Amino acid sequence: MELIFEKSVEGRKAVQLPELDVPFQKEILPQDAMRKDLELPEVSELDVVRHYTALSRMNFGVDNGFYPLGSCTMKYNPKINEDAARLSGFSMLHPYTPEEFSQGALQVIYELERYLEEITGMDAFTLQPAAGSHGELTGVMLIKKYFKSIGEKRSKVLIPDSAHGTNPASVALCGFECVEIKSNKEGEIDIDDLRLKLSGDVAAIMITNPNTLGLFETRILDIAEMMHNNGSLVYMDGANLNAIVGIARPGDFGIDVLHSNLHKTFSTPHGGGGPGAGPVGVKNHLKKFLPKPRVELEGGKYRLNYDLPDSIGRVRAFYGNFGILVRAYTYIRSNGWGGIRAIGENSVLNANYLKEKLKSHYHLPHDKICKHEFILTDKELSNGVTTGDVAKRLLDHGSYAPTIYFPLIVPGAIMIEPTETESKETLDWFAGLMINIKEEAETNPENVKNAPLTTQVSRLDGVLAARKPVLRYKK
Amino acid sequence: MSGHEYLGKIPEGLNYTKEHEWVKLEGRTAKVGITDYAQHALTDIVFVELPEAGKKAVQFKPLCVVESVKSVSDIFSPISGEVARANESLKEKPENINNDPYGEGWIAEMNVSDSNELKNLMNSAQYKDYLEAKKK
Amino acid sequence: MHYIPNTEKQKKEMLDAIGVSDVLELFSDIPKELILKGRLNIPPAMSELEVKRHMESIASKNKTGVSFLGAGAYNHFVPSLVNHLILRGEFFTSYTPYQPEASQGMLQAIFEYQSMICALTEMDVANASMYDNSSALAEAAIMACRIKKKNKILLSKTVHPEHREVVKTYANANSIEVVEMGYEDGITSIDSAENISNTAGFAAVLVQNPNFFGCIEDMEKIERFAHENGALFVVSVNEPTSLGLLKSPGDCGADIVVGEGHSFGNPVSFGGPFVGFMAAKEEYMRQIPGRLAGQTIDKNGKRGFVLTLQAREQHIRREKANSNICTNQALNALAVTITLAAIGKELKNLAMQNLQKSHYAKSLLKKKGIEIIFDSEFYNEFAVKLENMEKSKERILKNNIIPGLDLDRFYPELKNCMLVCVTEMNTRQDIEKLAEAMGE
Repeated sequence: MELIFEKSVEGRKAVQLPELDVPFQKEILPQDAMRKDLELPEVSELDVVRHYTALSRMNFGVDNGFYPLGSCTMKYNPKINEDAARLSGFSMLHPYTPEEFSQGALQVIYELERYLEEITGMDAFTLQPAAGSHGELTGVMLIKKYFKSIGEKRSKVLIPDSAHGTNPASVALCGFECVEIKSNKEGEIDIDDLRLKLSGDVAAIMITNPNTLGLFETRILDIAEMMHNNGSLVYMDGANLNAIVGIARPGDFGIDVLHSNLHKTFSTPHGGGGPGAGPVGVKNHLKKFLPKPRVELEGGKYRLNYDLPDSIGRVRAFYGNFGILVRAYTYIRSNGWGGIRAIGENSVLNANYLKEKLKSHYHLPHDKICKHEFILTDKELSNGVTTGDVAKRLLDHGSYAPTIYFPLIVPGAIMIEPTETESKETLDWFAGLMINIKEEAETNPENVKNAPLTTQVSRLDGVLAARKPVLRYKK
Repeated sequence: MSGHEYLGKIPEGLNYTKEHEWVKLEGRTAKVGITDYAQHALTDIVFVELPEAGKKAVQFKPLCVVESVKSVSDIFSPISGEVARANESLKEKPENINNDPYGEGWIAEMNVSDSNELKNLMNSAQYKDYLEAKKK
Repeated sequence: MHYIPNTEKQKKEMLDAIGVSDVLELFSDIPKELILKGRLNIPPAMSELEVKRHMESIASKNKTGVSFLGAGAYNHFVPSLVNHLILRGEFFTSYTPYQPEASQGMLQAIFEYQSMICALTEMDVANASMYDNSSALAEAAIMACRIKKKNKILLSKTVHPEHREVVKTYANANSIEVVEMGYEDGITSIDSAENISNTAGFAAVLVQNPNFFGCIEDMEKIERFAHENGALFVVSVNEPTSLGLLKSPGDCGADIVVGEGHSFGNPVSFGGPFVGFMAAKEEYMRQIPGRLAGQTIDKNGKRGFVLTLQAREQHIRREKANSNICTNQALNALAVTITLAAIGKELKNLAMQNLQKSHYAKSLLKKKGIEIIFDSEFYNEFAVKLENMEKSKERILKNNIIPGLDLDRFYPELKNCMLVCVTEMNTRQDIEKLAEAMGE
């Protein structure tokens, strides 16, 4: 399809501003301060509407169909959250509006922090980080400052080999060295390897629990104890919180600092790649390092406290992705304590049910109870059909693909996370698709290897895109 | 890079490193590159950050960077010396490394400082054994 | 209310299929003592109608309306088509386009976004978006240090104070030294820089244009200074509607450009979600953090788009990645794209209206005897000095107008000074009312 630029017709306009209502002043700026050309499209309003409507129809979201992207928690995004965020009292509020006129906004921030504390069992939260990885970076900065404040120089962070790539990236961005911890045959952290690599130079371990294999780290209490006895901290990547909300709390199993993803567990929309929010929760010993400002409640009034001398500073301007916070707040209020618990129960029920239906058809590396997601591999597929092929073939049948080739420690991984908002019929249908594809690999492998056959474009050349990058339109 | 069936070509007369680089000594100069096994593991190479002429190289220390669709990998120098020139053809055609890793896919030509360093490397038979052991 | 479709009957069928009798058995991998016995201490569920009322009541405690606040969050016209388009579920509820064949819509939109940022800034390559201006600026500082293999940067005091704080937070974590440059008459003072830069070299000079005071920097002078000292020239564009009129940073010789895109199609929303942008010269393409959408072809030669150069991103390069950014601000970037497609070349007129209205406000205030503290030229914001800040703010608020920003909040040397922002959204009556209230 043509780019919007390619639809330009000279002189065409979509937007018309009112006439200038103030007297025109000539030559305010010198000529050499002004730009010459402005190469933006010239199209009509209908052109714009048709163009982006057409683009939307070449895209696939949760609203279209099943989206079992493991580790991303693609649950239904309730529309009431949208309406709430778009109330003009929220959307039109300037961040520097005097405090007495932004009490409603400060209330949302304050109360959301309390709800997240209760749900995760942590003592304090910051809602500033804009995404999970931003939260990780903030968390690692907190850890760094903690050790500085107690006069200890520790340069290493332990990271399981199953970790999401943002973990080592965030750690490295803060000047720490990453030390990899192996996973054992059961898919959990190898405690012996951990013991081997633990030293006085280790600041923290960065775990994900449930981990990226969809399994709960059953020895988490031992791990936390080992780390704490070593004077180290435990960071938890909360991307997989959906499995345990309302059932168990990270604050109870030894976590010192964690981030959560509002665009995963708390239903704020994924938006094609953001905006998200990655609030960071801490235990009391890290509270004073949290980014400033913090919202406080005093005498029935909310205020912003900037007087936080030990804070790591700011990780972004203003207060965070406020519009996203409103959506998460609305979601938590809609669900209440009962709904939150139901999320944990049903996300795990759905995943285990789907796993049960597929385990006799695909290789299941860990045949045991999973949490909210599970991994299959392409090991038993015929005729050289791979995980990548299976993913592409699913697209032909109206399902999005699961996460593939992650985590790296499981070759050919297919990570499936149904979420709690999918019905039994959808799960049965998806299982049917997967079984069909397995059979197709045996009887008609070319169909799978050449997939997708029915989408807008067939398999795209990623090598060409990287060898000869074309990253913008040029006339 | 693990779990591969593909060993690739392993020409005689070259020396090999554990990180899958090769070096061909030609008097006081040497050509270096990566092995067939390496290019296969990396898959399609899209970009090479060539080392600059005059750069001092140290055996087993990073020499340059090779980027494929899947990864960005450090290439370690198999021998110490100074880079005389880099293979400019890789700018336009990084795929030369995939297609001809020991010929047109050479990466750099170096002025060798100590040819005795070759004894720290494997010959073709030893490299073959090394790859077979990795396979298991 | 919750969003779980399965009935009790269906849940029972599923439990039977798994071979357990109670859902709690599926949590037997969690140590028993960790399983919560009671309820979470959060309020009970609410129906949609109740939630709606509750949110409306909270929102009503905030004051919006006619405002002269800018300072990094700008009130601009959003064409009505923008929300209708971004709310389409296919965009809104999709995620990162890891399966490009099913995500051509988002990928092409990102490619168009990148193209528009390049057109606005006149740089060669732009990424798919960053969290906001402040973190984009911090990442640009890190990128410059990586490129130049140095760990010191010069940062102007006229860059938004909160952006500078974020740069310092990131710099601290990376052992990068930040040296600030002073200002004179509202713009960066190179002389102050020349005094402090006579020691070891710095990787980059970072300025904002128009700057926090709304003033237009002497870009030529700063570019020459940066490049003569072997440093990169990094420009932050916090108010990109200014690019409808002003000479682009690319044209001024910038090496890296960052900015805040929210002015196009995204409301101020109490400071977020916003959308940062980053653009750079071609030679730095492989150093840019974040996602990049690239053009390619499919098996049949048809044009398509994919995420490219991913090998440098966190999910592959891990600890050696250019950055850790994963989820960015895709939907906000889409709103930027659609807004720019709709506004197009009319952006010049929009920028002109901002310029004219702010200067009209300036002339009215001057007539009332209010001091305009800087002589430097400005775009849509300027700073004034008031006899009595509190009294003036009170009078303005009485007229149901939100006053500008107290500058001494960030610059203690600027007591009783207010930063006034005027955009195309302020009418002549608004401006005259402001002048009346301030002039008493």
